Amino acid sequence: MNRLVKKTVSNLFALKIPSRSICTGAVNVPASTVPEILNENEKKENNTISSNSVQQYDIAIVGGGMVGMALASFLAIMPMTKQLSVATIDSNPALSGSMSIKKEDPPDPRVSTVTPATISFLQDAGAWKYVWDYTGLGYARYNARDVNKDFLGCVAENKVLHSALLSCIKDSDFKNTIYPLRLNSMTLNRSSMSVVEENMSSRESSPAQGQCAKLQLSDGSSIYAKLVVGADGGKSRVRELAGFKTTGWNYSQNAIICTVEHPSENRCAWQRFLPTGPIALLPIGDNFSNIVWTMSPTESNQRKSITEEEFLKDVNSALDYGYGSRPTSSLSGTRDVFSWFKMGTTVSANESFEIPPKITKLASQRMVFPLSLRHANSYASKRVVLIGDAAHTVHPLAGQGVNLGFGDAYSLSRVIAEGIALGTDIGEVNLLKKYEAERKPANIAMMAVLESFQKAYSVDFGPFNILRAAAFHGANYIPPLKRSIISYASGEQNFPIFL
Amino acid sequence: MAFNATINAILRHCRFLNSANSTLHLTNNTRCFSHASSPSPSQSFKANDKDPHSAPSSLKDNELAKFAAISDTWWDSEGPFKPLHLMNPTRLAFIRSTLCRHFKRDPYSTRPFEGLKIVDVGCGGGILSEPLARLGATVTGVDAVEKNIKIAQLHADLDPTTSTIEYCCTTAEKLVEEGRTFDAVMALEVIEHVANPEEFCKSLAALTNPDGATVISTINRSMRAYATAIVAAEYILHWLPKGTHQWSTFLTPEELAMILHRTGINVS
Repeated sequence: MNRLVKKTVSNLFALKIPSRSICTGAVNVPASTVPEILNENEKKENNTISSNSVQQYDIAIVGGGMVGMALASFLAIMPMTKQLSVATIDSNPALSGSMSIKKEDPPDPRVSTVTPATISFLQDAGAWKYVWDYTGLGYARYNARDVNKDFLGCVAENKVLHSALLSCIKDSDFKNTIYPLRLNSMTLNRSSMSVVEENMSSRESSPAQGQCAKLQLSDGSSIYAKLVVGADGGKSRVRELAGFKTTGWNYSQNAIICTVEHPSENRCAWQRFLPTGPIALLPIGDNFSNIVWTMSPTESNQRKSITEEEFLKDVNSALDYGYGSRPTSSLSGTRDVFSWFKMGTTVSANESFEIPPKITKLASQRMVFPLSLRHANSYASKRVVLIGDAAHTVHPLAGQGVNLGFGDAYSLSRVIAEGIALGTDIGEVNLLKKYEAERKPANIAMMAVLESFQKAYSVDFGPFNILRAAAFHGANYIPPLKRSIISYASGEQNFPIFL
Repeated sequence: MAFNATINAILRHCRFLNSANSTLHLTNNTRCFSHASSPSPSQSFKANDKDPHSAPSSLKDNELAKFAAISDTWWDSEGPFKPLHLMNPTRLAFIRSTLCRHFKRDPYSTRPFEGLKIVDVGCGGGILSEPLARLGATVTGVDAVEKNIKIAQLHADLDPTTSTIEYCCTTAEKLVEEGRTFDAVMALEVIEHVANPEEFCKSLAALTNPDGATVISTINRSMRAYATAIVAAEYILHWLPKGTHQWSTFLTPEELAMILHRTGINVS
């Protein structure tokens, strides 16, 4: 009985064709929120900002991470929006200078899995080609014969994606002014009639800015924008200043991420759900892979401080050891039950279990991130809109976080283009609510799915474990269900209609 | 005087209310109406001693009063003008595609109306005028209610692109008197509030340049419109104040087309 329980407690499955359980690093936090010492006096050479002149922009993107810059590059290529003037506010030095990415360096531990849907957005924007240029093998492809696709996704380093987007913007004529500063405060005029009344009584000297949002930056200067986009990550300042309420909770888990090396090439993504939390291994190319290991905070602090050898031992045992023998590709009896599906059985269901590679070397420092779930109750109000992690933060267990963000950026860029085509004021709340109506249900659906996964795997109770294992095997062996899961995880369908 | 103005009469797409108004597209035979139903001065410009503003009285006083009462709420998208705000994208899309086709403009440009002179008759708070200005047009907004013009002017001054709109508290007839003409004349959701639709249409025709365009929208006089625009909107959902619309003043597409034909405008 113990053996059975132990066997079902940890479900290991080799993902030749990974389904939803692709794990990213906790990499959905754009670089701007990582605490850094900032040089607040540093200004871009070309940008002479005098305190007297009023800098007015159409859009101010606060947060120049992957999602913020994705929005900028989507706007840059559309004919309706490419004439807009954009200001990006982010003190991250990667934006101002050109950080060279050397091919010889081992891969950065901060990576993301990008779904095909995201890849197609980036291809449309013309940014995907830069990802190839930068790094010969800064990505890894998965096989995806189940859904007759070339690949199910790629794992790419965040800095590569970021640089690709920046290069794409630079190469176009798009007016993107970078302010290497932080946002201190914002003044938003809630109702235009109150502004009108103000103007009537006070005869403001610059009424033309009356309608715009005013952003006060960390060096004391101000800029005006018709629309403020909050793309500044899970601890969004824009969200706070604009008064958006959030719902959510902190998981009592941290994630450790690092890059590791193994003797032979790995083309497979793995995820093992342990009682303490999932561990994932993502191939990045050559002999490198990325580890994302979720565990309790005490454990994570301990594992961060132990020696490299001990850590690698822990990793290897987490990947392969304990909790019963390795699973075979079919449970007794399952084959009979599902044999009438045999005709349409997915290719992967017929393949036997593969053993994860043995990790031999640690190739980067270990980083620890706390995990939480957070969702803004609304994404848009007058002149302000949230995208990416500022709107929603999820558990990394399925590699969906930044892909939701890219989906937001794409949808918002389309909505802005439609607004401009009809002469609408882009800060108008009715227009921004269209974006919210498109993205909010999809984001919530995904969050619900991830949350249920996370909860399902954090319970260690015999009968429940058996049920879970049965569901799991069903998902592996019932072709339509499996295809549907893969399709949802790839970003091809917005809603998990298999549920 | 032979008018060669083509008119696109649309009857209102009440998306949210689903009033049954199909776009009126009669075959455009570019019939040149050489018949001069040119308005004889005595007919159109009836003097109205009461109200100096609307000397030509195609307007009703009680209508003016109705709008003056709620003029502060023009730009409140949840207020009494909510239906107009909701409808705006649809009618702008129609206007954009129609005028681009008519004036042979690039539909993918961000400012397709550059260089066009457009007048928005009955502009109210400028809900239509401002987007037209953003699309590049030189816009003149006219409304008979003084308060509306004030609100419109103040709101338009908040944005440099729209501060160029010329707002006048006047009427279509007065503009005709001044001899002004425009490339495109917009009279959206106005004609159901005027006392004499025929005179009004004659003024609109007079304001339009030859080879220009006139766009009119209104609510159809149908049972469905009664149910939706009056009963539902005014009495049940309270989207509009009671009495905003009178069913008897609605026009059917056929009636409107007839009126327009008589003023010498081609309907398409």
